[in-house]
Amino acid sequence: MSSEIAFPSPQHRRHGSSAGQPLTRRDGVLKVTGRATYAADNHPEGMLYAVTAVSSIARGRVTALDVEAAKAHPGVVEVLTPANRPPLSHDPDDKIPPFGFRVEVLQDDTVRYVNQPIALVIAETLEAATEGAALLNPQYEVESARTGLENGERFDTPAVGVGAPSRTAYGDIDAGLAAAVRVTEADYVTPPQYHNAMEPHAVVAQWDGDRVTLDMPNQALALSCAAYAAYFGIPAGNVLIRSPFLGGGFGSKAILNGPQILAILAARMLDRPVKLALTRAQMYGPVGHRGQTWQKLRLGTDGEGRLTALHHHVLAATSSFDEFMEPAANASLPLYASPAILAEHDGLRLDTGTPGPMRAPGEASGSAVLEVAMDEAAIACGMDPLEFRLANYAETEPGTGKPFSSKSLRECYAEGAKRFGWSGRPLEPRRMRDENGFLVGWGMGTAVFHCPHFPAEARATLRADGTALVETAGADMGQGAWTALAQIAAEALGLDPDQVELHSGISSLPDGGIAGGSGHTASAGLALHNAGVDAIARLAELATADPASPLFGAGNIGVEARSGRLHRRDDEGRSESYSEILARAGQAEVVGTAKAARDPAVAEAHALFSHGAVFAEVKVDPDLGQVRVTRLVGAFAAGRIINPRLVRSQYFGGMIWGISFALQEEAVTDRRTGRIMNADLAEYHVPVNADVPSLDAILIPEDDPYVNPLGVKGVGEIGITGTVGAIANAVWHATGVRVRHFPIRLEDLLVNQRDVTSAFGN
Amino acid sequence: MNRFDYIRPVSVPEAIAAAAVPGSAYLAAGTNLLDLMKVGASRPERVINITRLPGLDRIEWLPDGGVRVGTLVRNSDLAYDERFAKTFPVVAEALLSGASAQLRNAATVGGNLMQRTRCAYFHDLAGACNRREPGSGCDALGGENRLQAVLGWSEHCIATHPSDFCVPLAALDAIVEVEGPHGGREIALDTLHRLPGATPEQETALLPGELIVALRLPAEASSFSRNARYIKLRERTSYAFAVVSAAAALEVEGGTIRKARIALGGVAAKPWRAREAEALLEGKQATAQAFAEAAELALAEARPSGDNAFKIELAHRIVTRALSLALEGTPQAMPALPASPFPALSGANHVI
Repeated sequence: MSSEIAFPSPQHRRHGSSAGQPLTRRDGVLKVTGRATYAADNHPEGMLYAVTAVSSIARGRVTALDVEAAKAHPGVVEVLTPANRPPLSHDPDDKIPPFGFRVEVLQDDTVRYVNQPIALVIAETLEAATEGAALLNPQYEVESARTGLENGERFDTPAVGVGAPSRTAYGDIDAGLAAAVRVTEADYVTPPQYHNAMEPHAVVAQWDGDRVTLDMPNQALALSCAAYAAYFGIPAGNVLIRSPFLGGGFGSKAILNGPQILAILAARMLDRPVKLALTRAQMYGPVGHRGQTWQKLRLGTDGEGRLTALHHHVLAATSSFDEFMEPAANASLPLYASPAILAEHDGLRLDTGTPGPMRAPGEASGSAVLEVAMDEAAIACGMDPLEFRLANYAETEPGTGKPFSSKSLRECYAEGAKRFGWSGRPLEPRRMRDENGFLVGWGMGTAVFHCPHFPAEARATLRADGTALVETAGADMGQGAWTALAQIAAEALGLDPDQVELHSGISSLPDGGIAGGSGHTASAGLALHNAGVDAIARLAELATADPASPLFGAGNIGVEARSGRLHRRDDEGRSESYSEILARAGQAEVVGTAKAARDPAVAEAHALFSHGAVFAEVKVDPDLGQVRVTRLVGAFAAGRIINPRLVRSQYFGGMIWGISFALQEEAVTDRRTGRIMNADLAEYHVPVNADVPSLDAILIPEDDPYVNPLGVKGVGEIGITGTVGAIANAVWHATGVRVRHFPIRLEDLLVNQRDVTSAFGN
Repeated sequence: MNRFDYIRPVSVPEAIAAAAVPGSAYLAAGTNLLDLMKVGASRPERVINITRLPGLDRIEWLPDGGVRVGTLVRNSDLAYDERFAKTFPVVAEALLSGASAQLRNAATVGGNLMQRTRCAYFHDLAGACNRREPGSGCDALGGENRLQAVLGWSEHCIATHPSDFCVPLAALDAIVEVEGPHGGREIALDTLHRLPGATPEQETALLPGELIVALRLPAEASSFSRNARYIKLRERTSYAFAVVSAAAALEVEGGTIRKARIALGGVAAKPWRAREAEALLEGKQATAQAFAEAAELALAEARPSGDNAFKIELAHRIVTRALSLALEGTPQAMPALPASPFPALSGANHVI
């Protein structure tokens, strides 16, 4: 399965170091020819289909299900309800650290949100299962839904996001505000959003005794194996997850969800393979989302436009039964120099599914608002927004004073501004029109994202034919991990990428860590690098100890691995190919293994972040309020770039999600019932190509000697940060209207008088 | 899912006979009906696939210069028919602003006319909807109604008709040819769709079993070909329904408006023809002031059905804009972004 990806393409032929080269995706041809096998494409013999019946109420109790009717439907094999659901070995109301959530697996008849599974129907066909689920005709005891500020339950929370502190204070915020010449204060709202990966969540579960094989898209293979093992009371090694391809994840496939657990349970109960694939509508509930936030920013500035205080207060929505919430205020911690910073969060319990990590969790919604607030403060100070940010440039991490492992934000600002043409920007809004009379606005925002590093393991096998097999259980969600990871491994092995076969996406391989948090390339990449180095070291031992080798005796001098040969470090002329070394040693292969993790001392001593600057141009119809983002220029510095083609694509993706956040995405919830009224891709808008006429991503060179031995930071999520604010600020600059909620809508920009004599009259 | 009979007739009379059974629905491309059947918002007992009916997929030019378009002509084929697009450019522009390229390649003329509302409550089986289930109530009232009707609604239903295509058709006096159990008849497109009143479930003027076989545009409608535009406001540049839209067509002579046609989309349960506004313009100088007065009159009866007062203002402005752009003249070529207020941008030189 995963070996299918290792075929060579002419573009991959290159000598010397392959890292840094813009290779195309190894899996590209498979995907565009339809030969990539996704989880739901699997049909093991004897497979049954499972369909969840979901609640249409947000809060209450299921009082009746017509199980008889469902079971009477031809083809229906079983109906799982709280009455007959087999036991699990782990209490679903107990979370499994470090990233576990409480899950709904029919533990009782309580309904806690709309689209919660209330039964699972298993049948011989998808049609029969679907019809069976429809026949259940649930009856409810309905309690009033808590859907917003007015009826949600507020609570103090010790943690936000994944274990981040809910309150961080540096300096004296009140003193900072008191010392300010100006205080800019405003309230902002970000909406609930749903991941909407192209590929719905799916699982095909097959049991063999107490071993289970799961074909499912998964961003965290090893952690998921351990968690499924806990729910089913088997050793983690008995769970095999195959996840060769993911049709997008955006964070929603790193967490275990109730529906999949139920399908696995059904497969064990019925002793037949079971497939479950959620419908698009069913993805609006049990598989996470980005929770709504209400944010207040208070920025104190002195007479020179320097921050004296930065206070970011977030009220973040979560479910009634779990705690994940957007760590949005923490976006204000690492970026701008201020003697006093206070980032704090409160929780608001609503009758929704539990939010989860989604496309820069916290950073996206927090950055969106922070960058708008910075724009407002710049205007209050009469300063250009870029000049204002430079005046508040943090040379060391604000609050902690730690040095950055590397920070090239100044270069990002300069290069981005230059490419965009920022210097001609008038300070006042509504000063620019295009040749057709449309209002033109320019805005900017700073992008920032932390650099997590997950422990990971890898294995590298040098083979007698001079090729290599490298293995790690990573996940390629479309970001190009297989290509970039192969490049890293090839470099460590001194081989061309074509000579390196990468196996990944299956949990039986060494733990590749999590594909999330923008940390996969660094985490799995370092493990592969180390495994490659280990394999080369073992090979070198063979050669330098062998009197017949030209490298004999070079043990202390050392060798270099290049183009499939080991070269004596002090004498280029003395070298030997890997094949020759192995042949003479009578070995079929040499295997290197490695574990890699972040050196805690590095994290202790440094602040670790990627940075960037995004510049946006929008055009706005002066009468109709219609907005188009006509140009986006982002400049990003994220350490060493393994594959500029893939990285640019990642930045593009992030910036497009920024357009989405700024102007389109919103789950519309009926305030009375908690039902989501646009739970499909026709009505829940994400951008189409025509919304994205011009994108430019500049890769700022950056050398980071500390972040990890590869010097690699993360690129997956930083693109959305900065972009949302840049677009909102550009809309203000075009129109003079400051919109403090997302998405910005047509009606928000209709406040100006009808202008019949505008460029559009005659 | 209801169990349903599936019938594929080979002649129009056979189709009509099959549809005489209550609970029948005609199926063409299925871009709307099948979605509705999947969610259960539509539950026909008998589905009659008309895609094999002969002779309904032709564009025929009539001796007087009008055109007769078979009900099975695909949206894309009609929009890209050179003569059609030249003669009725506002219709072609509206067609190309609708849905996505993939949907337009499948969807038929008759199907477009018969598409159902996008009201979320119509699709939400857990909620009340008089249109779907007469007498159950209207959950859109007092619900999430930002995009609902501002004209012609009643407390029984505030849904809108989503078609772009129908808006210029209403403006241009299009005629729908119908065959039914009692023979053929013609219906003015402007009266095909009904306002909800107390019976929102009666969405069209079609009688049980009646089948739209063709759409006709009269020769007179071609007199607007030089000054006609369709403008559509939406929150995504493609694959999005109109928040509001307007078709405007003018016959201008020496700065004086001889004839005017105005229709609005996204504001009511039917494409909204603004006849009084048209009458006001006729004989007047084509000025921004006159256009603003016409827009005022077109929206005179408008009232919000919820959190959507902005749509009235927006509709007013889009009528004015559509008239201004119509006066400027029909573009020589189809705009890169059909019906968009934005002209082409670099990198966007494609029909969306």
